[in-house]
Amino acid sequence: MRSLFHIIQKEVWHILRDRRTLLILFGMPIMQILLFGFAITNEIKEADVAILDRAHDEHSHALTERLIASEYFIFAANIRSEQELENLFQQGDIKLGIIFPKDWFASAGLQIIADATDPNTATTLVNYTQAIVADYLRDQQTVTQVPPRQIHTELRMLYNQELASVFMFVPGVMTIILMLVSAMMTSIALTREKELGTMEVLLVSPLRPVFIILGKVAPYVILSMINTALILLLSVWVFAMPIRGSLLLLFGESLLFVLTALALGIFISTRTDSQQVAMLFSLMVLMLPTILLSGFIFPIESMPLPLQMISNIIPAKWFIIIIKDVMLKGVGMAYIWEETLIMAGMFLIFTLLSIRNFNIRLSS
Amino acid sequence: MKTILFLLRKEFLQIFRNRVIVVMIFVMPIIQLLILANAADYEVRNLVLQVVDQDQTTYSRQLIGHFAASNYFLLEGMPASAKKGTVAIARDEADLVLDIPNGFERNLLRDGAAALHLNINAINGVKAGLANSYAQAIIRDFNQEIRSGIVGTTQWLPSYRYWYNPEMDYYTFMVPGILVLLVTLVGMFLSGLNIVKEKEIGTIEQINVSPIRKSQFVIGKLLPFWLIALVELAIGLFAGWLVFSIPIVGSLGLVFGFAALYLLAVLGIGLFISTITETQQQAMFISWFFLVIFILMSGLFTPIESMPDWARAITRLNPVAYFVDVIRLVLLKGSDWWAIRWQMLAMGGFAIVINAAAMLNYRKRG
Repeated sequence: MRSLFHIIQKEVWHILRDRRTLLILFGMPIMQILLFGFAITNEIKEADVAILDRAHDEHSHALTERLIASEYFIFAANIRSEQELENLFQQGDIKLGIIFPKDWFASAGLQIIADATDPNTATTLVNYTQAIVADYLRDQQTVTQVPPRQIHTELRMLYNQELASVFMFVPGVMTIILMLVSAMMTSIALTREKELGTMEVLLVSPLRPVFIILGKVAPYVILSMINTALILLLSVWVFAMPIRGSLLLLFGESLLFVLTALALGIFISTRTDSQQVAMLFSLMVLMLPTILLSGFIFPIESMPLPLQMISNIIPAKWFIIIIKDVMLKGVGMAYIWEETLIMAGMFLIFTLLSIRNFNIRLSS
Repeated sequence: MKTILFLLRKEFLQIFRNRVIVVMIFVMPIIQLLILANAADYEVRNLVLQVVDQDQTTYSRQLIGHFAASNYFLLEGMPASAKKGTVAIARDEADLVLDIPNGFERNLLRDGAAALHLNINAINGVKAGLANSYAQAIIRDFNQEIRSGIVGTTQWLPSYRYWYNPEMDYYTFMVPGILVLLVTLVGMFLSGLNIVKEKEIGTIEQINVSPIRKSQFVIGKLLPFWLIALVELAIGLFAGWLVFSIPIVGSLGLVFGFAALYLLAVLGIGLFISTITETQQQAMFISWFFLVIFILMSGLFTPIESMPDWARAITRLNPVAYFVDVIRLVLLKGSDWWAIRWQMLAMGGFAIVINAAAMLNYRKRG
C-alpha cells in the first residue's frame, strides 16, 4: 500500500512540475466555457444585406428601413446591378440581397436572393425577411379586423426558457475536458515512460504492475474532479445555469465517466509505444468522435443511421445525456439508470481489455 | 542546399518508417472526412412529437394529420394526459408535446378562438427554436384552412432564390470546411511535435553540434509537413468531389495557392510552440488549446456574424477563419484572387510574423 502511495506521489510531482501543461489544463475549461457562453452561438443575426432598389418609392424605402431596424440584418450596401450583387457575394461581404423591381408593390415582385453556401443561414434569413415583409404588407391593409377562428398557441419552453445555447454547451465542454485529462493525458503519461525507458525501471522494481498503473492514473482522477467542480462553478456563477438535480449524483456520474475514460487511456497505452502515436490516436479516435458524434454540437437524430449506431459506443454520448438530465431536468437515478449501466459496462470492458493487453516485458 | 536535401531525406525516412503515423496521415483523414461530413449536419428533422388529444373531434384529428404528414415531425405516441406528455419529455422519449385541450373544436366554432398547448424540450435551444417555428407554421396553415371561405384575405410573399447551392446541400457547405480542419491538424500538430521529440529524446543536441544552420534545420523540419499537408488537401478534395460531389466552381490553383500560404502560417505556429515547450505532452496540450479556440472561432460550425463585436475582432487574428472563408468562397462561389486579396494579404502577413517570431525564439541549444 505504501508503495502505491509513493507512485502517486511521484506522478503528482511530475504533473505539478510541468507548469505549462498545468496552466493549460485549468485554463482550457475556463476559456472554453467563456467562449461558448459569450462568443459562440448558433443564432443567426446581424447578417449583412445589400439592397438593389429600382423602385425608389415610399414603400421600398419604408420596407428597407424596417428590415435594417430588425436585429437580424445590417445594411451593407446600396447597389445598382445584379453584377454588383454577384461581386459582393463572391467577396463574402453579404449574405442576402434584396431586389425591389420597379412597381414591385403593386406587382408583388419583390425578390430575395440568399447565399445558400450555408443552407441553414440561407433558410433562416429568407424566413426572417418573409416575415418582415408580410408584417409590412399587413400594416398597409387599411381594414383592421380580427380574423375569425383564431388559434392561439401557448408555448412552454421546458428547462431552458431563454433558449440559451450555453445550456447545450456546458455538458459538452465538460465531457471533452474530462476526456482530454483522463484518456489523453494518461495514455501519453504511460507511453512516455515506455518511450523514455523508465517503464522498464518501474517494472523490474518490486511493485506489482497493477499498483504502477493505479499510482500513475490516480492523480488524473483528482485533476478531473477538480475540473468538473471548476466547470460547474463557472456555469452556475457566470451563466446562471441551474443544477436542478442532486449534486452528489452529478459528481458520482462524473467519476464513473472519468474512470471509463481512464480505462480507455490505459488501453490505448497498452497498444502503443510512442507518445506521438498515442497522441494522434487519442486525437483522432477519442477527441474528434467525442466532439462530433456525442450529440454535443450536432444532433444525433439527424445523422445517418450508421453514424447513429456508432454514436452508441461513444461513452461521451451517454455521459452528456446524464449531465443534461441531472443538471437541467433535475431527475434522479430512476431516469438515468440505463445510461449509467451502459457506462459502467464500458468501464469494465476497457479495464478487462487493458489487463489482457498489459505486457510486463516491453521489448520482445 | 545539399544539407537541406539530406535533412529532408532523414525526415521523410523517419516519418514513413512509422507505419502508424503513415496511416494516421493518409487514411484517417479520409475516414474522418466521410464521418464528419455526415455527422456535421445542423439540419433538424425527425423531431419526435407526441400529441395529447383530449378533444377527439374532426378538427383535432385534422390538425394531427397535418403534423403527421410533415417531414419534420415523427408522430410517436398519443399519451392520454398532459402529465404523461411531460414525463415523456423528461424521459427523452419526445422532443415536443402538443396538447389539444377538450373543447378545441367547439370553442373555435362558437367563440371564434381556441388555445393549443405546445411543450418543447428546450435544452438544445436551436432545436427547440426550429421545432417551434415548424410547429407554428403547421398550425398557421391549419388555421388558414379552416378559415378559407370565410374571408378572402390573400397575401403575397416575396419570391426567393438560393444562389450557389440551390439544392441546399449541407455537404457542399461542410466538406470544404472539414478539409481545412484536417489539413490544420496535420500541419500544426506534427510539425511542432516533431521538433519537440528531438528535444525530448536528446537527438537535437547532435544536430546542434553539427554544422547544420538554424534555418536549414527549420526548413528541413517544416518542408515535409508542408508537402504532406498539401498532398492531404488534394486527396481530401478528390474524395469530397468523388463522394459528396462538392462543386468546384473556382480555380483549384487558387485554393492550393492559398493553402500553401496558410500552411506556412500554421507550421509557423507549430514551430513557435516547439520553441517554448520541452516535452511532447506540453507541445500537444498547448497546440490543442489554441487549435480548439481557432476552430471554434473559425466560422466552421457556427456563423461568425452572430458573434459579439469583440469576438469578431479576435477572429481577424485567426488563420483558420481565413482559410475556411476562402475555401468556401473559391470552391463554391468561384471567387477569383481579386475577391480574396485581403485574406491573402492577411495570411501572408500572419505567416511572416509568426515564422519570424519562431526563428527569433529558436535557440540552437537543447
